[in-house]
Amino acid sequence: MTVHPHKWENSGTHRVPYWVYTDPEIYARELAAVFGGKSWNFVGLEAEIPNPGDYKRTAIGESSVIVVRGKEGEINVLKNQCAHRGLEVCRQDYGATRAFQCPYHQWTYRLDGALSGVPFAKGVGGHGGMPDDFDRKDHGLTKLNVTTRHGAIFASYAQDMQPLEDYLGDKMLTLFDRVFNGKPLRIVGVSRQRIPSNWKLMFENIKDPYHASLLHVFLVTFGLFRVDNPSRTEMDSTGRHSALVSRRSTNLDPNAATQEMASFREKLELKDPRLLDIVKEFSDPATVVMQTIWPNLIVQQQANTLATRQILPAGPDAFDLNWTFFGYEDDDDAMRTRRLRHANLMGPAGFVSLDDSEVMDLAQRGIHVDPEQQAVVEMGGRGREDHDHIVTETAIRAFYGYYREIMGL
Amino acid sequence: MSNDPGLMLEVQALYTAYADLIDEGPISEWPSLFVETALYKIVTRENLARGWDLGLMLCESRGGIEDRAYAIEHLSLTIPRRVRHLISGFALTTNADGSFAVTANFAVFETIEGRVTTTFASGRYRDIVVREADGKLRFKEKISVCDAATINNSLVYPL
Repeated sequence: MTVHPHKWENSGTHRVPYWVYTDPEIYARELAAVFGGKSWNFVGLEAEIPNPGDYKRTAIGESSVIVVRGKEGEINVLKNQCAHRGLEVCRQDYGATRAFQCPYHQWTYRLDGALSGVPFAKGVGGHGGMPDDFDRKDHGLTKLNVTTRHGAIFASYAQDMQPLEDYLGDKMLTLFDRVFNGKPLRIVGVSRQRIPSNWKLMFENIKDPYHASLLHVFLVTFGLFRVDNPSRTEMDSTGRHSALVSRRSTNLDPNAATQEMASFREKLELKDPRLLDIVKEFSDPATVVMQTIWPNLIVQQQANTLATRQILPAGPDAFDLNWTFFGYEDDDDAMRTRRLRHANLMGPAGFVSLDDSEVMDLAQRGIHVDPEQQAVVEMGGRGREDHDHIVTETAIRAFYGYYREIMGL
Repeated sequence: MSNDPGLMLEVQALYTAYADLIDEGPISEWPSLFVETALYKIVTRENLARGWDLGLMLCESRGGIEDRAYAIEHLSLTIPRRVRHLISGFALTTNADGSFAVTANFAVFETIEGRVTTTFASGRYRDIVVREADGKLRFKEKISVCDAATINNSLVYPL
């Protein structure tokens, strides 16, 4: 374990030192230990690559990978790095192909990553060629460990991973299966944004549901999410995953939880109310479930908008957030239209999530000048247990419990 | 391409007003450039190419456009900024129903308070413009197709 000059002063996680958001060495270690370590990284949805040869390019940490459907319909996740000189062999974000060919010396790889062609391997006119003991079998693209569940694809650089179901644990698996219920998925579209903050602040944003009732005027004004809605905050046994589950109430005292909210506007009405034409589609009473899955996935269900948000770190001070909005193949036309409308809440222009990307920008700017300062994470106490409310930062504390373990901090 | 220079000037004036109301304000007046049943949508080339309908912003009526304008002004938490639209390369054809199909390029710069100006977005408008009973040209459809798949943090103002 690398000895780090920074010291996490407290044995708990109700204080988080700012250097975890800014230090390049910490970041480099995260790429190896968090994203490159024993974790199932979300890399996409099967519906994005329905046919053999369909592929998408994405990343695990900063490591570019190709997610491709093979000839037999299986899903391969390949490191996007030529075995010869290290070039990215796949240069497009998505497409369909029969093989991946490096542009430099045209080493060619099959959809399963096997090296199928090396020009001039036997030399030209008796000159050159690879040594006699060069074996193409030894020089394929690195193949990652892959698992899928109900249309979601996860990959890991670790080969000795526990099954995804055990990795999630019972509570988180049940919530995951609520949206990924086995019905074939239909892609509604993707949006991507580069957020100028440390990737962990994205997780913390979702793991801290209490901000939503203060920051998100739109959500609160239209009753989509309030601190006095019946809610709960829960984690898996390790603390690395979490979920906030909330139910929209119709008969709330307008003053109860909004009097401290400076800009609450009780009487506001939408001029085009179709934006919030919400229908119940899940059998449980929850109307919002936001799940965070270590190390890079947020599963969002708010109103009738469903999306995965994939976190792709880009240095300590930035990350890309890739949103994939989806529905189900059997959605009728009304539901397809509704999902498009509700998508206005989310993404880089989201009526709700816009507040978050702005706040994360401000947070990173505030933090980076003072690595030795600490965040105060004490709403709802100092513990890491589940709560039957959302006036809490317990899920952040739980996250950092696991993080400290993995990072040796 | 229209060979009516008067019409082209009038169309360009509509786009100038569009840019001014976003860039200089008031944003609350921006919806007045749309017909009541207008569609306003920001899409990315990527979604378009992959056959996915998602809009980064989607308004299906002038009311929806007013909701968006109101949220920008009153509901969203945003770091103060200014955007600046440059619009060029107009092309116009007349549809069978008398409406005008207009395409044009846009570039939008963003200046966040206290920071340097950056190039925020580039793309192409694919619009339908109509002349209403009051004689004014308005947008019946405005689709802003963004070149980049990735937005530089927050998409606060319309493109």
